[in-house]
Amino acid sequence: MQPPPPDPAVEDALVPVSALQHYLFCPRQCALIHVERIWAEDGATAEGRILHERVDGGRPDRRQGVRTVRGIALRSLAHGLTGKADAVEFRERGAAPYPVEYKRGRPKSHRADEVQLCAQAICLEEMFGQAVPEGALFYAQTKKRLIVTFDEALRALTLQVAADVRTMIAETHTPPPRFGPGCKHCSLADQCRPTRLEKPPCVQRWLTAQLDD
Amino acid sequence: MRRHLNTIYVTSENAWLRKDGANIVVEVDGQERGRAPLHMIGGVVCFGRPGASPALMAACADAGIALSFLTPNGKFLARMEGLRTGNVLLRRTQYRMADDPARAVPIVRGIVTAKAANQRTVLRRALRDHGDRMEAAARATIETAEARLVHIARRAAAAQDVATLRGHEGEAALVYFGAFDAMIQGDRTAFSFRGRSRRPPLDRVNALLSFLYAMLGHDCRSALESVGFDPQVGFLHADRPGRASLSLDLMEELRPVLADRQALTLINRGQLKARDFAIDEGGAVSLTEDGRKAVLVAWQDRKKRDLRHPFLGETMPMGLVPHVQALLLSRHVRGDLDGYPPFIWK
Repeated sequence: MQPPPPDPAVEDALVPVSALQHYLFCPRQCALIHVERIWAEDGATAEGRILHERVDGGRPDRRQGVRTVRGIALRSLAHGLTGKADAVEFRERGAAPYPVEYKRGRPKSHRADEVQLCAQAICLEEMFGQAVPEGALFYAQTKKRLIVTFDEALRALTLQVAADVRTMIAETHTPPPRFGPGCKHCSLADQCRPTRLEKPPCVQRWLTAQLDD
Repeated sequence: MRRHLNTIYVTSENAWLRKDGANIVVEVDGQERGRAPLHMIGGVVCFGRPGASPALMAACADAGIALSFLTPNGKFLARMEGLRTGNVLLRRTQYRMADDPARAVPIVRGIVTAKAANQRTVLRRALRDHGDRMEAAARATIETAEARLVHIARRAAAAQDVATLRGHEGEAALVYFGAFDAMIQGDRTAFSFRGRSRRPPLDRVNALLSFLYAMLGHDCRSALESVGFDPQVGFLHADRPGRASLSLDLMEELRPVLADRQALTLINRGQLKARDFAIDEGGAVSLTEDGRKAVLVAWQDRKKRDLRHPFLGETMPMGLVPHVQALLLSRHVRGDLDGYPPFIWK
């Protein structure tokens, strides 16, 4: 049962689910990637990319009655989201789809990973017309599944972030950097230059000062 | 910090480049002459007639490695490049700023000020290195030029419009190249300099400068393209079909530091001899293949040398400076900085 093709303008305005995660990590990083289209790979992003290539490239399989579909395209027209799920499990006929997202590292203090998963769930709900109450994050470093319940608070946060990201991308605005502990794990630090550009000097004054011996 | 990746310069006329696994392989007459992993390479520059396999071209495009083809004298012919020329917003703002003289001023001011200041530094270093051995007249010429360049740099830093800045730039060039011959030591008959000649270079110094400027232009163009600029739309240099005006803009402040100083070192240390140049019937001078090789080896070495970046306050290899300046220019254009902080060499 395919819904009618959407308005092309609506399709163009969809924001990637991954952008929500970038935004929660750092709004400027999100803008550098999704507004300015800057990307830089470091060791961590390369590992993540290889992990996802492996996971997404997997064929559907069935183990202990659970059918797992990998790399399916996600979309929510109602909330303007698009993306891809690492894995969605279908446990039994008629049961809710169960999204599983693979993460390279370990559980983090911020909620970016949960928001990303929740956004996937919101897409799945629209696509399958049924409630998706729960999903899981799998962390490669700890090799543990973290169950995530999509409660009201997480859904509200996810939709708020989606709206903020849509606005930022539509306005093609790049916020100024704010130096924080996350910066040393950010692959875009060289392009962002948080330490120098957080409070940049007046360039005219800097230039004049350079000419003094 | 972004790594300074090596550029491979292929000067052998009958070279063939191919891909082998994740490596680039250079063959001459069917014999393997060199190989390097692609992830260690930032660019490949071919002089003369070397060819490259489609598989290598695809791998370079995918990895964002610039593959360029130049004439033996370094004139740009063609370049092969992949999809990564993103950031249409940056280019749009670049065009708007280039069309608006008032918005171009903070950029051109930085470039012209730094160019005059860096020219002055070249003169100062010549005095420091060779001042004791110089004839009194040469010394006086350099000292006078140095003092004048300080004033030009100060006036440029306070200038309010692009036309005035172009005037300062022209004046600085006149003063600087007027003293250039005085900085040349060693074989004074082979390497005398009487003003810039470009089309064609009419003496060995000009041939050397033109070749180094071509190499620098290539690096500046790559740097600008890698941050998403259109290298053809400049602020100091007006648009002209086929001219990479923004590359020329970015080059201005870097010419004294990266190219002129390099030329003087090659001549004054005797690393280049008269026989490394060829003179044709019409008087045009160019480097021989051996001469080009000597220049490229010195050029690559120089780019690996560390220096302290004046605005970022970080130590980095000289070869990264064009990239960092392109980045700082993009951050000014996108609004992070209220002006363009040029590269000022001390």
